Amino acid sequence: MTDIFVTNPLFERVERARRRTRKIRETHITLAHGSGGRAMHDLVEGLFLEYFKNPLLEKLEDQAVFEIPAGAKKLAFTTDSYVVDPIFFPGGDIGALSVHGTVNDLAVSGARPLYLSAGFIIEEGFPIEDLRRICASMQKAAEEANVQIVTGDTKVVQKGGADKIFINTAGIGVIETDAEISASRAAVGDKVIVSGTIGDHGTTILIARGELDLETDIESDSASLNSLVAEMLDEAEKLGAINQIHVLRDPTRGGVATLLNEIAMSSDVCIEIRENLIPVREEVKGACEILGLDPLYVANEGKLIAVVSAEIADQIIARIRENPNGRGACIIGEVKAEPQGIVSMTTGFGGTRIVDMLAGEQLPRIC
Amino acid sequence: MKFIDEYRQSDLALKLAEKIATISDKPLKLMEVCGGHTHAIFKYGIEDLLPPNIEMIHGPGCPVCVIPLGRTDDCISLALEPNVIFTTFGDMMRVPGSHTNLLDAKAKGADVRMVYSPLDALKIAKQNPTRHVIFLALGFETTSPSTAMTILQAEKDNIENFSVFCNHIMIVPSLKAMLDSPDLQLDGFVGPGHVSTVIGTRCYEFVPREYGKPLVVAGFEPLDILQAVYMIVKQISEGRAEVENQYGRVVSPDGNCKALEVLSEVFEPRDYFEWRGLGSIAHSGMKLKPKYAQFDAELKFDVPGLKVADPKACQCGEILKGVKKPWECKVFGTACTPETPIGSCMVSSEGACAAYYNFGRLSKIAQRSANSGVR
Repeated sequence: MTDIFVTNPLFERVERARRRTRKIRETHITLAHGSGGRAMHDLVEGLFLEYFKNPLLEKLEDQAVFEIPAGAKKLAFTTDSYVVDPIFFPGGDIGALSVHGTVNDLAVSGARPLYLSAGFIIEEGFPIEDLRRICASMQKAAEEANVQIVTGDTKVVQKGGADKIFINTAGIGVIETDAEISASRAAVGDKVIVSGTIGDHGTTILIARGELDLETDIESDSASLNSLVAEMLDEAEKLGAINQIHVLRDPTRGGVATLLNEIAMSSDVCIEIRENLIPVREEVKGACEILGLDPLYVANEGKLIAVVSAEIADQIIARIRENPNGRGACIIGEVKAEPQGIVSMTTGFGGTRIVDMLAGEQLPRIC
Repeated sequence: MKFIDEYRQSDLALKLAEKIATISDKPLKLMEVCGGHTHAIFKYGIEDLLPPNIEMIHGPGCPVCVIPLGRTDDCISLALEPNVIFTTFGDMMRVPGSHTNLLDAKAKGADVRMVYSPLDALKIAKQNPTRHVIFLALGFETTSPSTAMTILQAEKDNIENFSVFCNHIMIVPSLKAMLDSPDLQLDGFVGPGHVSTVIGTRCYEFVPREYGKPLVVAGFEPLDILQAVYMIVKQISEGRAEVENQYGRVVSPDGNCKALEVLSEVFEPRDYFEWRGLGSIAHSGMKLKPKYAQFDAELKFDVPGLKVADPKACQCGEILKGVKKPWECKVFGTACTPETPIGSCMVSSEGACAAYYNFGRLSKIAQRSANSGVR
């Protein structure tokens, strides 16, 4: 019986075809691509593997199994979902963002990011060409951040069940230093450092939605910050002051203002900032002025806030500025004892005011 | 930023503040009528620069803040009408009605969309010919001309699936009502800037003439406001009471004739309009003229139109008149916060309570800890 199958040229041809590298011929995602059947294999092998090629992923197991690098003292683990609209915007896209965001969430713990997972929820009818663009951009971002996408999942939902594409990434990193970084470690006398201009990402997205008939050259700052964090930690270690880097965070949704409030509350301190010192691009200032927004509350995707002891602040800033993502680093304020849990700002005009957490969405003023 | 930074220079501010301090040490209560001024005063910390004898009272000029509960309920009822797209400026989304707000209505399935201009609402109507689009028209003479223009445009384009829920109000009747209020003690007014670009400055002449108070129309940049305060204090110290215009780069004595023409073409005054906290004020609201009834959502739909009393705990009225300071309200910062507002003064960034909560609490916190000996 078996001989017939092996020797029959027809079966041989079919068998060869079954084992051929899969290719996608469709132009749009259909429900079949999420069904677990052949179409999904075509998608995984013909698209995801092509871009995310690495030995761990190529095994195509249900999970990635890897060794923990020697020298790892602790592991860091995080997840984030990306639903940005529009999915392509000046300075980035949902793919790059899904890598940068998760890499940054790992990096700000002081971890060296290693591996990411990628889960896609795709709306039926989504153009394969756009998915290619997104995957290429994820791969480029992953390469730049020196991480690998080692496991993943795809679900397709019917038209209207999701808006185009949502991506979830989770990440694992290793902590190899003795740094103790936490929002609760801001101490009186510490300096507050920002790695560059604020508000670029949120403003870009708002304008890219095209509802406002505004045209600008603003680009999202979407970028991975792990090399910048690694260099900061390296500098601190050289100074014998690894423990003096107290807080590292990336001010994403809610912006710098909301983040500083979180730090002030967790650490039971007051954070005093000076409006004149906060770097904001002229275009962002202008757009925010027109839209009634405050750049302090606008999202960033490639910026870092660091709270470090005053003794090492200048050296840390000098080192951050050597990194392409930290050229605009500067001190924007310092940590005081009272009033606890409050962020206050000396305005450019010379007055003082509270900078509170964002309530609800940042809604525009009407007149 | 060109044409902006010039009006935010701190060295000039200090000079102006010094000048204000030298011309009078008499205690003076000045009201900024417009919510835009309230926002700017807190955002830039202008009160820190003023000498202690000058107290700013934050007036009723925040259009969101003066919308009564009943009208908010009407908005929600309209938004929940089948086949309706309800469009509004962002500020109204979180204003609490008796039971719920527009944001909740949206979460429950109402199609509520935020727009930046009534023309955007008209555009949505053109794009959705099978649905009816209602625009929540709201605000003083700053925003009413654009609503009027939109209605004229809708008529010209023969748009049948578009209407306006009109809540436009007028500054002069409300200012009169404020001045007639017996519990009000003010020494002068910072007059509204954007409203005055439309209505001009002559219409304020009654303020010095009948009430003997100076009024200075001011721009919205911090130096504008400081200069206006300086001009008012100077008038008082010289024994004058006049209407003056600090915002000459935008405001003319006669206002914008074209805008006024359009306003009187489309709108007529209502006999009465209910203001949150201030009660009913004669001829203070605008409605569509019968000629444009086809665009009037109040006629097209069954609007409940119920008068709902303000929440008892809420002291918006006293705050809008400047009789009470926001932090003197029983629920300020406890039950009523920007996250869970009871009164609309806590919602809009132009509301006195929200401005205090978001920007201004610092001095109160400092005072409190000084009083309790905490350092």
